[in-house]
Amino acid sequence: MLKIFYLGIVMGIAAAAALVYIYPVVDQHREPSLITVRPNGGNSESFHIRLPGDRIMAGVTGSTELTPLALEWPEHDFLANMQTELFKVRNENDVVIGAASRMSGWSEQHGSFVEWVVHLPARGSMFMTMAAKPSADGYREGKLRAGTREFLTLNGTVIERFVNEADDSDSDNVGRIELVTALVGLPDELE
Amino acid sequence: MKYVITLLVGMVTGAVAFVLLLYYNPFVGNQSVSPLAVSELDLVDFSYSLLASDSIVFTNDGESHMQPHPAKVLQLWEPTVKMTRALVTILNDSRGQPAGLGVKFSSDSEKTRLINAEVVVDSVWHIYSPEHGTFFVDQTENFWPYLHDIVVPARLSGGDSWRGSWYGITSTGPGALGIARVTGGAGDFADTEGEAVESIAARAYSAITGPVAMTGKLTIALPRQEALP
Repeated sequence: MLKIFYLGIVMGIAAAAALVYIYPVVDQHREPSLITVRPNGGNSESFHIRLPGDRIMAGVTGSTELTPLALEWPEHDFLANMQTELFKVRNENDVVIGAASRMSGWSEQHGSFVEWVVHLPARGSMFMTMAAKPSADGYREGKLRAGTREFLTLNGTVIERFVNEADDSDSDNVGRIELVTALVGLPDELE
Repeated sequence: MKYVITLLVGMVTGAVAFVLLLYYNPFVGNQSVSPLAVSELDLVDFSYSLLASDSIVFTNDGESHMQPHPAKVLQLWEPTVKMTRALVTILNDSRGQPAGLGVKFSSDSEKTRLINAEVVVDSVWHIYSPEHGTFFVDQTENFWPYLHDIVVPARLSGGDSWRGSWYGITSTGPGALGIARVTGGAGDFADTEGEAVESIAARAYSAITGPVAMTGKLTIALPRQEALP
């Protein structure tokens, strides 16, 4: 009888170990990556943000139109010429796949800057620095400065543009911000 | 029949023994010495409160014990972002004065392996410092020591709370020695890279509301000014 009890203990330890080893504690929900292969190499992917619905936070010093409404934006001098926003990010199928922060501002010491961090939990994150001034066509060009996981070994450009979709029948829809990336593997990764 | 019952009792005992062994694993410790302690780079310290109510914005799926702040902020309830938290906070310098603004995204990682005492979180910081410019910090963090030393004891205690003095380094990569990677955006450190380490100093935690007295610290190591191009 005691031998069977000991056998049970060994089996219990083995089963628990196998369960802990095999069963995924974290299983991130992943949407298919909607990537277009570009004719000259690399790939292109489009993300967008619906406004104002996907805006989590908009903080600007001195503004009366903050998001969320109860936001208490700090009145520090160093934030005077800065705008910080947080968004949900969607893929081309209009499904939320991550979150993003956008910082823009100006200071005497650092000049003007516009930056994005796009965080896609199942895939990785991208840090993108944009041109301070938009082009004549209304879009802003930038580059991928750093990436993690899926984007770690990629390099390339990104375009930010606002698409006006204001519609009298839908007052909740102002438009969307589009981020279109054109990424390619770093040269040493291609060799 | 009695053999089957004996076997089942043995299996339950074995499973419980395994869980206890996992929790009291003597080979797992809490890293408390910063790998940047011997760095020759310039160190910049940023600290921030881990209380949601002290943040500018904190949001998650809305079902966690840490409630979003402010109350009506948009929540990350969609399946793809359900295991993600977003924090916007003022960063203080080593004298406790406001020195920057930080946005932190952190998501539970599929690299989590309880058998290795690893509760992994993938996190990134987007930081603006009027003195240094902007930065992107990416890292993996291991919250096993935090859960083991604070969260579980708080849940097991009669008062659903924990009090004490705890310090631990959460950064575990992607760099060697568990160092986070820093990329400069705008300012003097644009196009340069550095290193970082994040840690937590805890004094009180509630199993019902989350951190009560807890501070995060992000130490960034930057190239010396004279070494910049």
